Amino acid sequence: MAGCCAPGADIAPAGRPAGEEVRLASRALSETLMQTDLSVPAAHCGACIRAIEKALLALPGVEAARLNLSTRRVAVQWRKDGPVPPFFDALARAGYDATLYTHDQSDDDPEFGRLLRATAVAGFAAMNIMLLSVSVWSGADAETRHAFHLVSALLALPAVAYSGRVFFASAWSALKARRTNMDVPISVGILLTLALSLHDTFRNEPHAYFDAVVSLTFFLLIGRTLDHMMRRKARTAIVGLARIMPRGAVTVSADGARDYKEVRAIVPGETLLVAPGERIPLDSIVMQGSGELDTQLVTGEAVPVIVARGDKVSAGMLNLNASLSLRAERSAEDSFLSEMMRMMEAAEAGRSRYRRIADRAASLYSPVIHTLALAAFIGWMAATGDWHRALTVAVSVLIITCPCALGLAVPMVQVMAARRLFEHGIALKEGGALERLAEIDTAVFDKTGTLTLGDLRVAASTVPKHVLAAAAALAARSRHPAARAITRLDPAGEDLPVEDFAEQPGLGIEGRIGGALYRLGRPSWACAETTAASERSMSALSRDGVPLGTFSFTDTPRADAKGAVRALLGRGIAVEIVSGDGARTVAAAAHHLGIETCRAAMLPADKVARLEELRRQGRTVLMVGDGLNDAPALAAAHVSMAPGSAAEVGRNAADMVFFTGALSAVPVALATAQRAAVLVRQNLTMTVAYNIAVLPLALAGYVTPLVAAIAMSSSSILVVANALRLRGGERTLTPTELRAPKLAEVTS
Amino acid sequence: MSYLVWLIPVAILMGITALVAFLWSLRDGQYEDLDGAAARILVDEDRPIREQNA
Repeated sequence: MAGCCAPGADIAPAGRPAGEEVRLASRALSETLMQTDLSVPAAHCGACIRAIEKALLALPGVEAARLNLSTRRVAVQWRKDGPVPPFFDALARAGYDATLYTHDQSDDDPEFGRLLRATAVAGFAAMNIMLLSVSVWSGADAETRHAFHLVSALLALPAVAYSGRVFFASAWSALKARRTNMDVPISVGILLTLALSLHDTFRNEPHAYFDAVVSLTFFLLIGRTLDHMMRRKARTAIVGLARIMPRGAVTVSADGARDYKEVRAIVPGETLLVAPGERIPLDSIVMQGSGELDTQLVTGEAVPVIVARGDKVSAGMLNLNASLSLRAERSAEDSFLSEMMRMMEAAEAGRSRYRRIADRAASLYSPVIHTLALAAFIGWMAATGDWHRALTVAVSVLIITCPCALGLAVPMVQVMAARRLFEHGIALKEGGALERLAEIDTAVFDKTGTLTLGDLRVAASTVPKHVLAAAAALAARSRHPAARAITRLDPAGEDLPVEDFAEQPGLGIEGRIGGALYRLGRPSWACAETTAASERSMSALSRDGVPLGTFSFTDTPRADAKGAVRALLGRGIAVEIVSGDGARTVAAAAHHLGIETCRAAMLPADKVARLEELRRQGRTVLMVGDGLNDAPALAAAHVSMAPGSAAEVGRNAADMVFFTGALSAVPVALATAQRAAVLVRQNLTMTVAYNIAVLPLALAGYVTPLVAAIAMSSSSILVVANALRLRGGERTLTPTELRAPKLAEVTS
Repeated sequence: MSYLVWLIPVAILMGITALVAFLWSLRDGQYEDLDGAAARILVDEDRPIREQNA
């Protein structure tokens, strides 16, 4: 796994999918062709397109390959009858890491197409009607005006019927549930105005509001479409991340035949083979073989666990160095993973339903304007007795206080914020998460994989420099985290030839270099003598039994972890660690990062319970975690974040996923969310103030279609312009927050 | 007035043409990969039209 140190490469080096797995994930295009979709997250330019497509087309059996640069996915068509072409090796040779992409989720997005078409139709109608309206406003004679109103009506009716469905459907479902949302006042406004304008057109009255109705629909649809685009982009980015849980496993039947089966198809009692570097697919018992498992995704422990015949292993553990033969104990539905899913659902159900700001505003706002409109109608009716005049005034009140700006006020800010977060490598799944993030007062971190990379790092070594290469050469041949740490000390080691290499699970590795037998591992084994007591976190190197020195290890803290914690504390956020790892390591990490509250040896249920306890104390909590064991907690927290290296379940449960390796993503997201919250509040205040200012005009009956059009567009422009200020704030935020922690990291 | 009878339908028809063109391009997948399209113009090799059609 050399060369995965590209900036931002945060994805754990997992085993490449086997040929059978690729076949399982592909779909048949025709009798002879199969199509496989691969995610290539590193593709970013025209040269990448060329390199990737060329590398794939050069493979035997590949008929076509086309890279989509927007989704960073390449679709490869290959001949069914041949073997599966080695896509991953070819791409790796070209310099790209790829992962299999499956169309398992609701992948084609019909909603987005519908929104775009609705926006296009509304835009077309709005422009044409506005054109006709301008000539009416500039003083067309009665006959021409009537004709223009008729044409406008002909354009507006189908356009509203087609494009307005988005709002009507949502308003209807809200009303059915006896709630109001943003779409209720919008729908009422649109329908009433349209009805009155139609009536006036047939009676040949001077004013019709078709332009207001259609441009209102158009503006609102723009806001909706942008909002949807933001979520789609985040989803594409998240789905493209490496798959961590295995899709299937090699099973051995009673007569010794091997078969690659999908995880779901494996029943308890079957024998599975798990090669080094693969993850355990199902909860099972070890039948044969012994070795070390990396359990950090499951339990949060950073140090590998030694297993032998008869031990139980959970789905999601990574097999480091053993060839294991397992007996499946539970089916996929009852595995550890599914247990986490159930806990997640329970946690989500218990979480108080958050209502978005726009909907909360609407629930206050719509009764007020509807009452006002009604009062205007009754007032004018009583004063003049002319019902048509009274209705016109009531409708103009609805139009002028139209939630158009309100409908844009929130999504515009959130779209801008999401874009900024994306530039910082953070994918935001929905705007509501941003509102919730701005409210937090406590941040709870998982340790392994979140505050630390779960990777070990050599803290100190007494090994003389000239034999480092030998140690690195041995270590390069092992997947053990300690060995990987030693490999990084001397990159030249990889090229050194090693003979008779052997890995002794739980003890260490040995091999001959230049005729001498080197051993690297437990001091008691490598040097045949007991030395220090704390030998769990130490490795010794010996040549022909003569000790050469020792290495000691620590957890690698995630880049900027210290700075991120300090930035959060600086913002008055309480920080604590909730980890599944042992008390000593957790305390050490907490001390290193300057965190006072920490809890160790927490089971997934304990983590949820802790969040529940905090919630009862009136805290709003941000949870940051990556493991399978964090998934229920991520779902239970007020808002949650996960690193891109997290297990799929965690990524799906979290509201935000950050791809940069650095933990500074957390304070950056928080700063952006808080700034967005300020802008949203400003926008809402501005809209309300604006409405209050023009309301007397409407109540007095002075609002003609021309005034309505001007008022509506100017308030929308104001709100959008204010949302754009989110970009301007960028410079004041980043340099201090990003640079300072890096300096601290260097000096520590 | 009489000229409006011609001009307004012509204007609207032009608008509809543009709308249909947009909807067609949407369905045709021309908005699927905007970043890629921008880069491909530099990458794609020039080939004679006749060979492309063949």
